Amino acid sequence: MRVPILKLGRVLLTSLPADLTDQQVMDLQIDALALLRDDRADGLVIDITAVDVVDSYMARVLSETAKMVGIMGGVAVLAGMRPAVALTLVEMGQNLIQMETAFDLEGGVAKVQRAMATRGGHRDEPPEV
Amino acid sequence: MTNHPRSEFPDETSAILVSVVEIHGQEDILIARQAGRDAARNIGLGTVDQTRLATVISELARNALRYAGGGQCRITTQVAVLTRTIVLEIEDRGPGIDNVTAALTPGFSTGGGLGLGMSAVLRLMDDMIVETRPGRTMIRAQMVRHT
Repeated sequence: MRVPILKLGRVLLTSLPADLTDQQVMDLQIDALALLRDDRADGLVIDITAVDVVDSYMARVLSETAKMVGIMGGVAVLAGMRPAVALTLVEMGQNLIQMETAFDLEGGVAKVQRAMATRGGHRDEPPEV
Repeated sequence: MTNHPRSEFPDETSAILVSVVEIHGQEDILIARQAGRDAARNIGLGTVDQTRLATVISELARNALRYAGGGQCRITTQVAVLTRTIVLEIEDRGPGIDNVTAALTPGFSTGGGLGLGMSAVLRLMDDMIVETRPGRTMIRAQMVRHT
C-alpha cells in the first residue's frame, strides 16, 4: 500500500505509518516528486511521529528525497522525530539525516512556508479553470 | 517446595529463545524488528534500547535479504541476577562477507548502499561476532544491561 500524500495550500503533507517497507519509502519519494513536478506544491513535510525505526536505508532515502526536492526548487522538512529515534540516529553516526527538520507537523509547515517566502520561490497558483 | 522463577538461579539454561523469524521479503524485516522490540520490552528494557535493537535488526535483516536473498533472525533473552541480555543472531546461506574489517568500516559497501549499516550495528550493540564463509554467514550481536 502506498503512503497517502495530502495537500494543504502549496504544501504536501504525509504522515508515515509505524512500519514501512523499503519499497513504500521509495514509492513515497516517487509520488512526492511527481506531485511537485506537476506544480501542485512548493514543499513537502514528512511527519514521522509514528515511526519507531529509522535505519540507514530509510534515512538515506528521506535525505535524498529532500535533496531532490531542493534542487527542483522546493523544500522538504522532516517532522516529529521521536527522541529514541533521534538518539539512535546520533549513535549510528555519519550524519544520516541530511535535511531540514521540525518538532512537529505544524512547525514543518511553517518552515516550508518561511523558506519559500525567503526564496521568493513560490510558483504562481495555477489559473482557475 | 516452592518453584522459584528461573531468573533467581541463572545458569546456561536460563537463556530463552524467544523468536525465530524467517526473512524472505521486506515485510519479514518488519516482523523481525517488531519481535526484537517485544523481546526487549519483555525483559524490561526501555524505549531507547527497544529502538536500538529494532534498528539493528532492520540493518542486518536487510543485508541478509539483499546479499543472500534471505535468512533467519533469532532472538534469545537471558535474565540473570545482575544482567539482562539480548542476543540477536542473523544467519544466511549467501556468498559470505569477503572482508569483514572493510564491511565494518563506515562508507564501505559492495551492494550499492551507503555502507553505514554494519558500522551502525557495531555502535548500537555491546558486542558483535561475525562468522562468515561462502554458504554461511552468521552475525551475533549482543546487548547487555545491568540491573
